[in-house]
Amino acid sequence: MTSPARILVVEDEPEIRRFLRVSLEHHGFRLDEVTTVREAITQAAMQPPDLMILDLGLPDGDGLDVIKNIRGWSPLPIVVLSARGQEQDKVLALDAGADDYLTKPFGIEELLARVRVALRHAARAVGDEGAAVFQIGELCVDQAARRVTLHDREVHLTPTEYKLLTLLVRHAGKVMTHRQLLKEVWGPGSAHETQYLRVFMAALRQKLEDQPAQPRYLLTELGVGYRLAAE
Amino acid sequence: MDDVRPNPDALLERVAAAESAARRGKLKIFFGYAAGVGKTFAMLQAAQRERAAGVDVVVGYVEPHGRAETEALLAGLDMLPPLRIPYRGVDLLEFDLDAALARRPKLILVDELAHSNAEGCRHNKRWQDVQELLDAGIDVYSTLNVQHIESINDVIAKVSGVVVHERLPDSVVEQADDLELVDITPEGLIDRLKAGKVYLPQQAERAIQNFFQKANLVALRELSFRQAAARLHREVDWQRALRKDQSPWATSDRVLVCIGPSPTTVRVIRTAKRLATALDAEWLGVSVDTGQAEAESPEVRERIAKHLRLVEQLGGETHTLVGTDVAGTILSWARDQNVTKIVVGKTAENWWRRFRQGSVVQRLLQDCGDIDVYVIHGEREPLAPRKPTVSARPAQRWDGYLRAALIVSVCTLVGWLFHEWGLAEANIVMQYLLGVALVAVRYGRGPALAATMASVILFDVVFVPPYFTIAVSDSEYLLTFVVMLIICILISTLTARLQAQVIAASIRERRTAALYHLTRSLSQISGTDFLLQLAGKQLAEIFRGEVAIYLREPTGAVTPRFGAASEIARHPVNPLVAHWVANHAQVAGAGTETLPNASALFVPLEGSQRVIGALGIRCDDLIVYRDPEQFRLLETCAGVIAQAIERDQIALEAHEAKMQTEAERLRNSLLSAVSHDLRTPLAAIAGASSTLIAEHETLAADTRRELAESIYAETDRLNRLVANLLDMTRLEGGAMTLNKEWQSLEEIIGVVLRRLTGRLANHPVSTRLPPDLPLVPCDDVLIQQVLMNLLENAVKYSPPDAAIDISVQARAKDVVVEVADRGRGLAPGDEQRVFDKFYRATPDGLPGSVGLGLAICRGIVDLHGGRIWAENRTGGGACFRFALPLGTSEPITATAAAAMQPTGAA
Repeated sequence: MTSPARILVVEDEPEIRRFLRVSLEHHGFRLDEVTTVREAITQAAMQPPDLMILDLGLPDGDGLDVIKNIRGWSPLPIVVLSARGQEQDKVLALDAGADDYLTKPFGIEELLARVRVALRHAARAVGDEGAAVFQIGELCVDQAARRVTLHDREVHLTPTEYKLLTLLVRHAGKVMTHRQLLKEVWGPGSAHETQYLRVFMAALRQKLEDQPAQPRYLLTELGVGYRLAAE
Repeated sequence: MDDVRPNPDALLERVAAAESAARRGKLKIFFGYAAGVGKTFAMLQAAQRERAAGVDVVVGYVEPHGRAETEALLAGLDMLPPLRIPYRGVDLLEFDLDAALARRPKLILVDELAHSNAEGCRHNKRWQDVQELLDAGIDVYSTLNVQHIESINDVIAKVSGVVVHERLPDSVVEQADDLELVDITPEGLIDRLKAGKVYLPQQAERAIQNFFQKANLVALRELSFRQAAARLHREVDWQRALRKDQSPWATSDRVLVCIGPSPTTVRVIRTAKRLATALDAEWLGVSVDTGQAEAESPEVRERIAKHLRLVEQLGGETHTLVGTDVAGTILSWARDQNVTKIVVGKTAENWWRRFRQGSVVQRLLQDCGDIDVYVIHGEREPLAPRKPTVSARPAQRWDGYLRAALIVSVCTLVGWLFHEWGLAEANIVMQYLLGVALVAVRYGRGPALAATMASVILFDVVFVPPYFTIAVSDSEYLLTFVVMLIICILISTLTARLQAQVIAASIRERRTAALYHLTRSLSQISGTDFLLQLAGKQLAEIFRGEVAIYLREPTGAVTPRFGAASEIARHPVNPLVAHWVANHAQVAGAGTETLPNASALFVPLEGSQRVIGALGIRCDDLIVYRDPEQFRLLETCAGVIAQAIERDQIALEAHEAKMQTEAERLRNSLLSAVSHDLRTPLAAIAGASSTLIAEHETLAADTRRELAESIYAETDRLNRLVANLLDMTRLEGGAMTLNKEWQSLEEIIGVVLRRLTGRLANHPVSTRLPPDLPLVPCDDVLIQQVLMNLLENAVKYSPPDAAIDISVQARAKDVVVEVADRGRGLAPGDEQRVFDKFYRATPDGLPGSVGLGLAICRGIVDLHGGRIWAENRTGGGACFRFALPLGTSEPITATAAAAMQPTGAA
């Protein structure tokens, strides 16, 4: 990366903006800061950033409107900030096209991880489908060979399990909502059958995790969806 | 000690009088001896003066009689429109009390204090309206003629020959704050009358001929002077008493007036009242129930009741005594009560009674000892024509005589047998006596006397030779007849009287028993509605009528709480009466002077502190309204009920107050815990960060890191505390809604363990879940909170490196999750208390715990319809478990899910 990535921070709390500015600039990002829905859309159109960090509660409206507006014309990665207990808002934001979310209060490590994943996926979306072989810890998914191994031993998956796993692999590190997973795997008609998704995820954990109750790879985002660990 | 100390009771009384006077409005009466002396004129002049001084004056009601001078004085005064009450086709004009109360002036003018209101007004008498105005704190000017004063009503009638029907209780005049005598010479009055200034010409002519004769006027004028002077005299005495703190007269006279059914009693009562007023003494009206009264006509009872009411109206106390000997009963009671003077009417008593026991008056005079007895000459008042009284049960009365005849016949038959067997005649006489006694016991005095006569005659005719004639051969038999007659009469009289007394006693006994029963049953139950049910039913039984009980609601409304469906509650006027009674703590309704067009009699339910409502009773037997005995029983019952309800309400209030204190205590402990637990991390953060700012150049790198880590850890602690507080608030406010879905406990446990990685670093955690664990219907985010709190609790009370075990067990109807530690376990008795709000296992508490975590767990599990409990673990440590119900539908397992095919080929 030759020029530093530009991040647009949409946040009305000055102290949060200050903390973001200090930590992100320290990690080599360039920051623009705005505080309202209107400014966010204008700024994103005038000087398209590489990533947007968006607070959902803004003084002049809902951050959700920003996502919907921007998704109309740009694939710009968006990381949403929201308060605890607002799982429904997160799901709405993610289904509307946000790439990831963070629950306040959050640490800088978490934020940087999300930002890196989002930028990586954005970069990949322009180019290819990503690496054909996905490797994390002892888990290896070779999409070209349709082969999944754990501790170098092949794991047999049903077609549905495999489809689910590869979907997560393609978005590794990013949260996938229940709805997104259901839609991709079972089609648009099944978007609300989350209990079946849970059963398949449980089966995947049984096959891929050493301790299914303390998973390493297949992480659950309660009330939101699932995430395949990327780092 | 020579100084005279003020009597504390007298002081208290004076203070109370002054206080109540401060709250009440002041009444000024313009007092004259006849119409036309200028009372209304003087009143209006005074009102104009007050108005000029800036006082808010309203004319409530003024009878102008078409006098021009009077009307001129009304100019500029605010006038209330009169109330129009339709009466037989014409509108009667009346003073509008409610409008006056709504208008609330400082001073109101209400003419003619003794006026009787038209039917349909709240009160029968205008002075009652005025009382209500005074109670509301409004000053009143009113006018009064001397002939309307109750206690001198009979004197006036004697002087003028005119019976005045509009009478005013003396107490109203006595309680007036000011009495202004308006005077004019009789000549002047007659001149004014002739000049047409008082009445219209024709009316005036009639008036001069009747009432306005000069002799009348002079007498009336004298009476009015006397009244005013007496009042002045009392005022002077009162002032003197105020100054000297001691009563100068210190008399302890008590006047007793004997009340009987005789129509002359009214005059006796008025005399007693005047005597008592002159002596400034207490006075009591006493009637004696000889036990025969019960058997006597209702008319007599009603007259006695009326007389007792008159005594009460005139401000005396009333008592009903029981005894056969009227004079003896009165005298012994009078001595008990320290009565000094007895007033009794001299009445024409029948010769028989006088012969038997001497007249009551004679007995009183004979045995009075040091009590003065005043005998008042009885003079009949014009009486309403006697209504023909129909015997209540004629059938039964004739029945008595028939049975008497039968018994006497049997006696004669038995006597005949005795005679045949040759027994002595004395035995025949004896069994006749037995027969008479039997009749007296069973059928009362009349049949007994008849049997007496019949027995003597039959004995003569059947058993005394010559047989079957009245004639007597041996004159000795005449003595037998006389003795037999006397004995028979004595037996029948005594037995009949005894019988009447037994009946009277049993009636009284029944009432006492009823009251006792009421009191006892009311004391045994609680709950206002239960009390009302019970009281209402028992009252209806005691008085054989319909009962409704109205209670004052916290809103101030007075609503029927018992008998809401009764005739009483449905009557349109009754609710108003109940409201009025509850607000004024006075009796009203049917049979009273206030709001008499109600269908029921209402007595206030007076508790010890306030009036809590009103009791309405509707009886077909009017005696309840009239008989002071019955009325007192009703009032006693009302008092008992009021106190029971009040006691119940007070108990309820005490309970609520206790709950409030408890809530207060909780809130306080929350505040102190929260403020402590919020401030501690804040202090650490402030300290560490300020050190970083001030010393960042001189601090070693690892010190800086340590400070930053401390800040991070403290924010985490704050975050959890705030989260708990929010959860608790949402739980308690009912704002926490369940987002129930089929969830995997495995996922939830996984999330919790990942989120708590840092805090669990020192504790090996083992998880034990069955591989075929079904999905559980629950709110994943909330159950996550339960698990987090349980795990944090386990960490908090476990030594480092102690293992924590999580296991899940599926049962038929629920799934049990268990979090077990190897900490110090639970103190005995703590198994349930640990789930209470603000409960901490250690007295000092551990850092970062408000005692909310487990309370939240319980709240959330309860919300799921599950159950949470704790127990000590074998081998040490505590074990927390919660069970979540699986619900009714089929649990979802892998097999069921496999049926769902993905789109397209995998």
